[in-house]
Amino acid sequence: MIPAIGELTLILAFILSIIQGTLPLVGVWKNKTTLMNLAVPTARAQSLLILISFAILMYSFYINDFSVLYVASTSNSQLPTMYRLAAVWGGHEGSMLLWVAILSIWTIAVTLFAKNLPDSFRIRLIAVMGLVSVGFLAFILFTSNPFDRLIPAALDGRDLNPLLQDPGMVFHPPVLYMGYVGFSVAFAFAIAALLDGRLDNAWARWTRPWTTVAWAFLTLGIAFGSKWAYYELGWGGWWFWDAVENASFMPWLVGTALIHSLAVTEKRGAFKVWTVLLSICAFSLSLLGTFLVRSGVLTSVHAFATDPSRGLFILLYLVIVIGGALLLFALRAPNVGLGEKFDVVSRESFLLANNVVLVTAAGSVLLGTMYPLLIDALGGGKISVGPPYFDAVFVAIMAPGLFLMGLGPLAKWKKASIPEIGTRLKLAAVISVVSALLVPSVLGKISLMAAVGVFMGAWIVSTTLILLQNRIKAKQLASVSLLENLKNIPLAFYGMLLAHLGIGVFVLGVTLVKGYESEQDLRMEVNDVAKIGDLAFVFKGAQKIQGPNYISSQGKFVVTEDGKQIALLYPEKRFYPVQGATMTEADIEPGVFKDLYVSLGEPLEKGAWSVRIYIKPFVQWIWAGCIIMALGGLLALLDRRYRIANKNLSSRAEEVF
Amino acid sequence: MNRTLKFLIPLALFLVAVGFLTKGLFLNPREVPSPLVGKPAPVFTAPILGEAGKRFNSADMKGQVWLLNVWASWCAACRDEHPLLMDMAQTKRIVMHGLAYKDVDAEAQQVLIAMGNPYNKVITDTDGKIGIDYGVYGVPETYLIDKAGIIRYKHIGPLTPEILLTKVVPLLKELGV
Repeated sequence: MIPAIGELTLILAFILSIIQGTLPLVGVWKNKTTLMNLAVPTARAQSLLILISFAILMYSFYINDFSVLYVASTSNSQLPTMYRLAAVWGGHEGSMLLWVAILSIWTIAVTLFAKNLPDSFRIRLIAVMGLVSVGFLAFILFTSNPFDRLIPAALDGRDLNPLLQDPGMVFHPPVLYMGYVGFSVAFAFAIAALLDGRLDNAWARWTRPWTTVAWAFLTLGIAFGSKWAYYELGWGGWWFWDAVENASFMPWLVGTALIHSLAVTEKRGAFKVWTVLLSICAFSLSLLGTFLVRSGVLTSVHAFATDPSRGLFILLYLVIVIGGALLLFALRAPNVGLGEKFDVVSRESFLLANNVVLVTAAGSVLLGTMYPLLIDALGGGKISVGPPYFDAVFVAIMAPGLFLMGLGPLAKWKKASIPEIGTRLKLAAVISVVSALLVPSVLGKISLMAAVGVFMGAWIVSTTLILLQNRIKAKQLASVSLLENLKNIPLAFYGMLLAHLGIGVFVLGVTLVKGYESEQDLRMEVNDVAKIGDLAFVFKGAQKIQGPNYISSQGKFVVTEDGKQIALLYPEKRFYPVQGATMTEADIEPGVFKDLYVSLGEPLEKGAWSVRIYIKPFVQWIWAGCIIMALGGLLALLDRRYRIANKNLSSRAEEVF
Repeated sequence: MNRTLKFLIPLALFLVAVGFLTKGLFLNPREVPSPLVGKPAPVFTAPILGEAGKRFNSADMKGQVWLLNVWASWCAACRDEHPLLMDMAQTKRIVMHGLAYKDVDAEAQQVLIAMGNPYNKVITDTDGKIGIDYGVYGVPETYLIDKAGIIRYKHIGPLTPEILLTKVVPLLKELGV
């Protein structure tokens, strides 16, 4: 009975979303207020219905209702409650429902917080959100209904894939989807603007906070996923250039470009056409990612069940949404005027370079991801594109971008002078060169890659700090204290600084872990000692442990440094009987300067085990950098100018910045 | 370039991508052609199931067209294809040997007693070494080997009547069986 209600609310939501996506648009076109007024209530009602439906599916998981096919195939009565709830998005149908549930949250947010827009614009915005929802609801109802029944009910479920039984499963998908789906708002803003013919500074200012929040969520979501892979897969990697990872990374790259391009459009009225195109592209790549993951055209470690009818449906949806958007773009964009002119050396130019770098990087990731499909479709056989391609191409494209990152924010709008920027950055250059020479020699191995990486990281951090110092000087009032001066700087500026610092921290982390990690594969008997530098790992044997839904062999390792005990590690090898799967649970002692990482391989004769030991220097900086970036985004959101600007609808940004 | 045309570029690029994606939907990324097709089948000798002390030598098969079906008692998909193998065996059209891959002899024998034995001989590959030589990465797999000992066709996964009719039978005709 209860699952039937879940299905019913979904059907009602589908009908309402059709109304939300069509009638208000007709209303704006024919100037009929009654039709226009339908937008907000239908949007809120359909969103609430979806959320109810989502809650019902969650409840079905909670009470182990194995008469629901989806519950029976992704959960089990022995599964701990936390994972039973997370199992809601452990399979295809539930992931799709999570997608629309998050779209509902964004839709409700738009109806609540995007109030101060001109009526016609706001109505169109909400209607476009409705159209996005229609497609996904139809997809769920017609091809992937999570409420399909299993009569008679199964006695027990087939269990959640043990790989997904991890706290990471609770946070990673929802946060990632908040980012992915969040770009639908920027997309809806772009479409509404194209329909409205209103592409100006004000439009950019309205779009900015929404884009920034989505971007911050996406950053966090990708970081969570990377961290999860790091400790769960048991071989110490944190990024695999897997098709599914790339699917989330491409929108991130384009979203980052969009954030910067929006800044130019807001401040200088330039890049308008380009910004609109990026808004469309960011969401298109989110949709493409969904298609790639859900249709099974690409194989990956994230392998999901494949079904060509689902793939065709999503593809049709892509053609309508993206094709329609790009057609509208082709029709309307030629009438958009160019913005104010700028010099070859100016902040605009630097931001343009930033955009070119980021979009090229996204393009190269897209090419690498799609290449196997391309070659196969052309009859060229099966090939696979791996990390060697991505590492080489991506680093080569991004390196100049990272260097420009230090220069751009110091350049003036419209016209800047290179000698002036040069003088300001002398100190940063010195700091970076010294770090690039010093750090590798202190860490004991000098390589060009490490030197270049440290240079870039130090360059970004030091230029960012100089930027703050310059800003204080420029706006300094002698009469007030330093603290007052710091207070007068808008939060958005701090947000930018923080996000850039995050990139610096991230680059340092990647460089140092890539250049200085060490790895040992050993056969260890009880009380064997593995020595790596000053560190000694003593294997104290393994014992059997009974978990809630698994049996585990838990090893014990004592780690000493110069004879002093610094860590106890308990890596596990777990066996999950329901799915007959064995999982490796590495144990990690995280640290600011290095992680100690031990994972168990296979049991060998006489209590011996094959063991993997890694030392991962600075690896935590990778995720710390991502979190700092995301915090920067959230800080920028709190800037008061978005609230002021929304109130008086002024299109002159200079007043508040 | 015409101004309006320039704005159509993104749409055009997208439509090209859609073309490839559509094609991609009908390709199977998991179906990897075996590099062994067209090459000599690896030669091996191994014990024969149920015939203690006797060994099978694949070199003895020279001059015959034969099928090598890789299966195991622990493989559920093998049971799906088993009835079809039984039908094939009844026609006596072609020699088919089974390779019991990473299996326990007694368990393999039990399956053959319960479901019938479609094979001329069952070769045991307890440690999976023959499987490695043949590039087996999932059971069941079926190899068609010609008179000169060349692998002419490899099928991954359970055989189906459709595969037999469209792929195996035409090849057999070509090989004069």
